[in-house]
Amino acid sequence: QSPEAARLSAEDISPSSNGPRDDDPDDPDDLFAEATEEVSLDSPERQPILSDGPSPAITPVTISPRVDVFDRSPDLVKHRLSSCDGMNAYMVYKVMTKTSLSIFSRDEVCVKRRFSDFLGLHSKLASKYMHMGYIVPPAPEKSIVGMTKVKVGKEDLSSVEFVEKRRSALERYLLRTVKHPALLKDPDVLQFLESSELPRAVSTQALSGAGILRMVNKAADAVNKMTIKMNESDAWFEEKQQQFENLDVQLRKLHASVESLVYHRKELSVNTASFAKSAAMLGNSEDHTALSRALSQLAEVEEKIDQLHQDQSYADFYLISELLGDYVRLITAVKGVFDQRMKAWAKWQDAQVMLQRKREAEAKLQYASKPDKLQQATDEIREWEGKVQQGERDFEQISKNIRREVGRFEKDRVKDFRVVIMKYLESLVHTQQQLIKYWEAFLPEAKAIA
Amino acid sequence: MEVSSAEAALSVSASSIRITDVTQDGDVLTFAIASQKLNSSAGVCVFRIYEDFDWLQQSLFSQENLPGLQGIIFPPLPSKALPSQSNTQTKALKQLGFLALGQDWQSYCKALEFYLQQVAAHPTLCKCKALDSFLINSESPGKQRGRKGIFNRLSQAVEEMRKESHKDVDNFFQNERNKNTNLAALSKVATEKLLDVVMTEQKLALACGHFATSLHLCVNQDDAAAVAFSKVCLKLSDVIEAVNRNFEKVASNDLSTLGLGLDLESRYQEAEKVWECVLMIACKLIELETVKKGTEKAKASKREVMEAFQKAVEKEFNLISSVAKQEIERFHSSRVNVLKNFLIGWCELQLNTAKEFAELYSQHLEACRNMYSE
Repeated sequence: QSPEAARLSAEDISPSSNGPRDDDPDDPDDLFAEATEEVSLDSPERQPILSDGPSPAITPVTISPRVDVFDRSPDLVKHRLSSCDGMNAYMVYKVMTKTSLSIFSRDEVCVKRRFSDFLGLHSKLASKYMHMGYIVPPAPEKSIVGMTKVKVGKEDLSSVEFVEKRRSALERYLLRTVKHPALLKDPDVLQFLESSELPRAVSTQALSGAGILRMVNKAADAVNKMTIKMNESDAWFEEKQQQFENLDVQLRKLHASVESLVYHRKELSVNTASFAKSAAMLGNSEDHTALSRALSQLAEVEEKIDQLHQDQSYADFYLISELLGDYVRLITAVKGVFDQRMKAWAKWQDAQVMLQRKREAEAKLQYASKPDKLQQATDEIREWEGKVQQGERDFEQISKNIRREVGRFEKDRVKDFRVVIMKYLESLVHTQQQLIKYWEAFLPEAKAIA
Repeated sequence: MEVSSAEAALSVSASSIRITDVTQDGDVLTFAIASQKLNSSAGVCVFRIYEDFDWLQQSLFSQENLPGLQGIIFPPLPSKALPSQSNTQTKALKQLGFLALGQDWQSYCKALEFYLQQVAAHPTLCKCKALDSFLINSESPGKQRGRKGIFNRLSQAVEEMRKESHKDVDNFFQNERNKNTNLAALSKVATEKLLDVVMTEQKLALACGHFATSLHLCVNQDDAAAVAFSKVCLKLSDVIEAVNRNFEKVASNDLSTLGLGLDLESRYQEAEKVWECVLMIACKLIELETVKKGTEKAKASKREVMEAFQKAVEKEFNLISSVAKQEIERFHSSRVNVLKNFLIGWCELQLNTAKEFAELYSQHLEACRNMYSE
């Protein structure tokens, strides 16, 4: 049973609170929990475009029960704390999980997590599973700026837009993680989703996406430094690696393309709003009553169209741009496991070399007649024979895992893209239907001008 | 629009005037102008360059023996287009605004066509021989510079008058002037803002085209998984390509109707400004004349002569005044009508486009749902 796409709703309080400092080591106690109120960030008009199913609740108490009980779905709800001096304020996210799977202790649980907690989870999973060839979903990005650094306005950490982008990124991260059959059962994952207290992740620097990237790069460096070139007996790995190299390049190009689209769509919204204002002023100054009225209506239509542009821009971004961004990051993880396999191969080869040396050493000792050292040498040979066998087993295991992981990745890729295309088309259809309504309402106004 | 049935009327129907073609030879644009003869089913076609239009406008301004000429609001002629290669789009946009956009000078031709129709529909201007000659003579009017008409004589004074604020001779015109100044500024701003919108729509179309092309590059037939993914990318490419066409259509609709309409409105407001100045100057001239004659005749102290002169002056003034008032009303009802037609045209085009693409996107969605449910 694969977990299904989940809901992510966001809540915020007190507009006067400071921006979040996610990696603050001096963690104040949750003294203000009772003092907080929750206000929804979701606007009803956006639901038809972003949600696929029951709409997110405003407070945890009123979340509507999910229809399909066999799927587990984490919901992320953002909740903000602020301390009195504002300096230690940070963002806390509510993670709500609804499930029927028996590995969970309850079928509905809600926990509070900080951004660094997510990074901590990822770091644990990466260290446990990456060397086995599992594609561990990459940690959410610290910076929300697009990879091609196309910015519309400064990155404001406390802004609604930033918070929503991060919330969405965190939700997608969790969804990918629980989609993985092995990770879903991992005790760290279960603890993350269920336990009310989580040990504070330390040294977030090392846990950030950049930190993991460094870990991945170390493996890549090790591969480059290998003196013995790997004799790839299996063409599949070579072909796949090449494919992923190409895909990486293509996805980055696509991501840049769509960021351009998002940028221009926002520009269009701004220009439309500006035009609407100028049309309104024209209508106000116009003497002829019916023309004045029509011009005012024109201004209203343009304002509504501006809102449509904004909504469509969200769809452009959250559906397509973030999908592509996620996949660019995923490809890095995929390339990482291939490097891990090479590392495993190198380890196996090194063990064989060492075994050979030990055998040679033992042979020498045969003639030297030093019985203690001979015994030690024989023991070492046995030790290294074991390591060689282990090395071979590990290499075969990781190769097997990677094949399976890549197969799963490719299936998920097609599924993910299909889902996005359909959601995007739904948003496009909705926009056009709204436009039809607006134009049909305006036409009689234009015709009424005497 | 009706053509006056008086003497020396235009020999073609005003509403039939069309600019059917435009050709570019280096820097020079040549326009093909077609119209329908009134008394027969024959059509006429002539070829004109911008200088010919300019000649026509000058001829209109400088008509002699046309009482009340100063009261006429002259239809505005678009500026000359400079199509040479060295002229970048930014320069063209600065110079012509909306008229620089659109393919193959379509918007510009529409504006020139409109100008001719407005002149031909004007009850007084349609009688100008120069107009008839412009529309039906196979030979172009040539490079003869029009006689220095009222505009040339007063053009400098007009500029100065615009900058200062003078008391109008009549409250009616003062009121009109205030409204006009306000509307002229606002419609200019609205035109510029709409131009920004259209430019962005075109940029969006381009970005979509780019994205759609990039998606095509992801096609890969190496193995079954790659093929499956390629199919998805191609599907998305089709969708984005549709969005591209959508934006192109929307931009073109904006351009050909509302854009053109606002541009025209803006230029008409400017024309009205000029008209006000001309009026004021004409009235001032009459005042000066009166004072001058008054000083001269005072010595002769022939009361009858004085009174006769006074009456003549008043008559001239009243004529200008009544023409001006008629023109203003005609102007207002015309501009309201013109804007109404453009607004309706714009709304209908955009409505059709929205319906067309709602259908297209729905088809894509349906196809996806069927394909992906297997």
